[in-house]
Amino acid sequence: MLLIKNGRVLDPATKTDALLDVLLDGDRVSRVAPNLSAPDAEVFDATGLIVAPGFIDLHCHLREPGQELSETIETGTRSAARGGFTAVCCMPNTVPVNDNASVTRGIVERADAKASVRVWPIGAASIGSKGEALAEIAAMKSAGIVAVSDDGKPVATARLMRQVMDYCNSLGLPVIDHCEDPSLFAGGVMREGRQSVKLGLKGIPAQSESICVGRDVEVAGLTGAQLHIAHMSSRRSLEYVRSAKRQGLRVSCEVTPHHFTLIDEDVRYDSHYKMNPPLASREDRDALIEGLADGSIDAIATDHAPHHPASKDVEFDRAPFGITGFETALALGLSELVHPGRMPLARLVELFTSGPARVLGIERKIAEGQTTDVTIFSTDHSWTFRAADSPSKSRNTPFDGRTFRGAPMATIVAGRIVYKL
Amino acid sequence: MLQRLQHLLDIESLNTEQINFILDQSKPFQEFQRHPLKKLATLRGKTVALAFFEASTRTRISFATAASRLGADTMNLQAESSSLKKGESLIDTVRTLEAMRPDGIVMRHSSSGAAAFVAERIAVPVLNAGDGTHEHPTQALLDALTIRDRKGQLDGWNVTILGDILHSRVARSNIHLLGKFGTRITLCGPAMWIPRQLEELAPGLRRTTRIEEGLDEADVIMVLRTQTERIHEPALATDEYVLGYQLTEDRLRLARPDALVMHPGPMIRGLEIDPAVADSPQCAVLEQVTNGLAVRMALLYHLIGGAPVDAPHPAKERSNAAD
Repeated sequence: MLLIKNGRVLDPATKTDALLDVLLDGDRVSRVAPNLSAPDAEVFDATGLIVAPGFIDLHCHLREPGQELSETIETGTRSAARGGFTAVCCMPNTVPVNDNASVTRGIVERADAKASVRVWPIGAASIGSKGEALAEIAAMKSAGIVAVSDDGKPVATARLMRQVMDYCNSLGLPVIDHCEDPSLFAGGVMREGRQSVKLGLKGIPAQSESICVGRDVEVAGLTGAQLHIAHMSSRRSLEYVRSAKRQGLRVSCEVTPHHFTLIDEDVRYDSHYKMNPPLASREDRDALIEGLADGSIDAIATDHAPHHPASKDVEFDRAPFGITGFETALALGLSELVHPGRMPLARLVELFTSGPARVLGIERKIAEGQTTDVTIFSTDHSWTFRAADSPSKSRNTPFDGRTFRGAPMATIVAGRIVYKL
Repeated sequence: MLQRLQHLLDIESLNTEQINFILDQSKPFQEFQRHPLKKLATLRGKTVALAFFEASTRTRISFATAASRLGADTMNLQAESSSLKKGESLIDTVRTLEAMRPDGIVMRHSSSGAAAFVAERIAVPVLNAGDGTHEHPTQALLDALTIRDRKGQLDGWNVTILGDILHSRVARSNIHLLGKFGTRITLCGPAMWIPRQLEELAPGLRRTTRIEEGLDEADVIMVLRTQTERIHEPALATDEYVLGYQLTEDRLRLARPDALVMHPGPMIRGLEIDPAVADSPQCAVLEQVTNGLAVRMALLYHLIGGAPVDAPHPAKERSNAAD
C-alpha cells in the first residue's frame, strides 16, 4: 500500500481541488480523504505538490520493433515516466508496421517485460500503412490496440477513410489521422511563410493540413464514426474541428507542446526545429493556445519522435522529421500556458488526463475503486532540461538547456512508483 | 571599427561597412587581372579546399583561379567523385577534408543552410559558394562591384530582378545586398515565383508580374536563369516564359536608356534573354565573370590571408609578384 500524504488533489474528472490524502492499495484506489493514516503503508509526502490522475500520451513513437538504435520500449517508457506519463499510445509506423496481431502482441509482450509505464499500441489503418487495403484491425483489437492510424502519413484517400471509419465504428475504435495533403506538402521541410522564403527552405502551406482535416470531418459526418485529429497545427484545422463539434460529430483533436510553444520564426538551420507538421505561424500558434484553453482541443500529446543523433546531424532538408517530447511536455504546459495565465492549472491537468482518456473511451480519475495511476508534480520546482541526461536513446530536442518552473516529481503506475525525482 | 569576417556564409548578416570594405579590397585585384603575370605570393603555402557537393563549372573555376593567382594550392572535391555518393554524411566528408589541414573551405551544396551547418562544426573559415535556394554571397558581391564600376556608385538605383526569384539564391543575396544600400528593388516574374513573403527581405521591395511595369525606369536589370533543376513545382512551358518574360530589345527600351543588363550565368540565349540584348554594350555579363575573380581573390585574402585589415594591399605590392 502507498499513502500519498498532504498533496493537493487536482482531478478535473471529479472536479476535485483540495488537500487530501490518497491511499493506494495495489492497482485500486482504496481511500481519498483528509488525514488518512495506514500504519503498514509506504508514505509519499506530497506537501506542496499536485496529485493528479496519471497522465496519458495519445501520440508517441517508441521505435520498437525495428528502429532500436533510436529508441526502445524500455528506454522510451523510462523517458515517459520521467515526464509524468503513466500510459503512452505508440504509433504503428515501426519496422515492420504494426498492421497485424502478431506485431501488436510482440509490442504488448515486450512492454510487459520491459516498460516502465503502460504501453497502449495503436494499429495501422491499412496494410503497411500503404493506403490500399484495410489492416487486420479486429485481430489487432483482440491483441490490445486502442485506436488505428496510418500516422506518419494521412489515410490515403477519402474512400479508404470511409471504409476504415465504418469498420472501426463497428469495433468501437477511434480513427486517428495525421492530416496532410501530399500534393501540397510536396517535399516541404518547414511551414511556408516569411521564414521559409528567407531561409530558402521549401515551404509547406498550412492548408496542406486543413484540407485533409476538412475531408476527414466530412467523412466522419458520412459515417458517424469517431475521428481524432493528430498533432493539429493550424487555425483553419481548428475551425473545422469546432464546426464538427457544434454539429455533434464525434471529432476530437490533440496539440503538441512544441506547437503551442514555438513558431516558424524560431526555425534555424538546425534539424531540431524540423518536425511534421512543421512549426506554425504566430497567428496559428495563438489560435491553438486559445483552443486549448476554451476546450475545443481535447488533449496535449507529445508526438515523441526519437531519431538517433547521427541521423539528425545532417543538412536541414535531409534530416528526418520529429523531436522527442515526453520529459518537457508538462514543464512546457506550465511555463507556456499556466504560469502566463492563459489557462487554469485544472485545465492543463485535464488536457493530460481526462481529455485523452475520453478520446480512448476510458475514465481517468482519482476515486475509490479506480486504477492507481497517479502523476505527482510541482508547479514551482526550478530545473534545467539536459537532453544528455535523458533515458531516451535520442537527443533530438530544441529544448535542451532550457530552464523551467514546474516538473513531474513522481509517476505511479498500478500503485508502484516508477519514477521519483 | 570594421569587424573581421570569420566566414562568408551569407549577405544578410553583413553590414554596409563590411560590404564596402570587400568591394574596396576587390578594386586592386580587378586591375591585377589585366597584368601579364597573374601570380602573387600572398597565400603561398596556404591551401584552399574546394568542396563542390553540387555540380558547378564557372564558380568552381573562378575560385580555383582566384586561389591560384594568390599563390595558394587547392584541393578539389567534386560531386561526381564525392564520398557522399557512397553514403558518407556531409559532416564526415568535411571533417575528412579538414583533417588534411586546409586553411579555408569553399563550399557549394544543394541544401539551404549547408555552409552554416558546416561552419558551426569545423575550425577553418567557410566560404559559401552557393547553398540550395538560400544565398550565393560572392555572386551578389561581384554584381555590386559591377554596378559600382559601370554606374559610378552602388546606391540610389532602380534595380529589377527578372525571373524565378523564389528558387534563386542569386536573387536572395542580391536582394539582401541592394536592400542595405537603399536600392529600389523590383521583382518581376511569373506569379508563383514571386510570392508575397519575398517583400520581407528588403524595405520597399516591389513585385510585379507585368514585365512592362517591371522594367519601367530600371537602371539595372538582373536577368536570372530559369533553374529547372531546382523546381519541385510543375514547370512552366518554355514558350510561355519566353512570351511573358524574355528580355528582348523592345522590352529593354522600356528601361532607362543607359540601363545595365546583368546575368549570373550560365545564360541561355533565346530563353530568358534575346541574343541581341546579350551581345549589346549594355550587357555586362563578361565583366561580371572577371569581377568574380577579383571579389573572390579579395575574400580569400581577407579570410585566409590573416593580414590585418589595414595592411598594404597585396595586388599593389608588385615586388611580390615575381613568383
